[in-house]
Amino acid sequence: MVIIIKMKKDEIKQKIALFSHKSVGIAGAGGLGSNVAVALARSGLLHLVVVDFDKVDESNLNRQYYFRSQVGKEKITALKENIENINSSVICDFQNIKLHKGSMWKPFQYVDIVVEALDSAEIKTQFIEEILQNLPNKPIVAASGVAGIGNSDRIYTKKLGNLYLVYDEEAKSSDEDILLAPKVCLFANWQANIVLELLSNEDVP
Amino acid sequence: MSIMVNNKKIDYVEQESVQDLLKRIKYTFPLVIVKINGKHIPRDIFMTKIIPDNSDVQVIHMISGG
Repeated sequence: MVIIIKMKKDEIKQKIALFSHKSVGIAGAGGLGSNVAVALARSGLLHLVVVDFDKVDESNLNRQYYFRSQVGKEKITALKENIENINSSVICDFQNIKLHKGSMWKPFQYVDIVVEALDSAEIKTQFIEEILQNLPNKPIVAASGVAGIGNSDRIYTKKLGNLYLVYDEEAKSSDEDILLAPKVCLFANWQANIVLELLSNEDVP
Repeated sequence: MSIMVNNKKIDYVEQESVQDLLKRIKYTFPLVIVKINGKHIPRDIFMTKIIPDNSDVQVIHMISGG
């Protein structure tokens, strides 16, 4: 099945057709990752690599793209079901593995763009450093500061070479503030929007 | 003699390491990513990497949540 995008201008149609040949890797299938994957699948991306080791928990349902009936399932299995329900043509290369320090970058060697969608600050930092060191030419779209309510206007994209950080630098950590759908999904969709922007730019390798 | 840190001009200090600079600008977040003139500086060399005059330093910090 092909996602139907009603567009009149051929130029834009061609841009969107570019997405179908590209692959995106997402590290983490939580609040950020599950929503990024769904947004990309809806936009016509046909090849997604997602890595996560967790199971769906009731406490995830306030922001992650899962349903009550999926509680207890592996996140990658549940996310695959949800994406297939949107577009059955998406090739879901989903891996149920925990990323380990030193080899976190390895599952993402062959994708066009990497999305950092991890949880703790420590693991986010480690992951970004590994991508910058081992895959220096690969664009990486990361997020920092997703907790809290309001302050949407503080969010911006900080671009540092191939690193695109969706950033609310004044946000508190999730240990001190609440994680809820509006801000988390705002970040996730912001990340997905950067991915589309990069993919529609022909300069991306 | 100056350097740019997150697009703000500050004084250049001779023989200043990345770690010293972070302390001087009171950037106390534990998990930061640093680039100097576009080049990523791994955390394990923050103590030894000396910042040259006229550098463009970018510092970002990662906040838990996802």
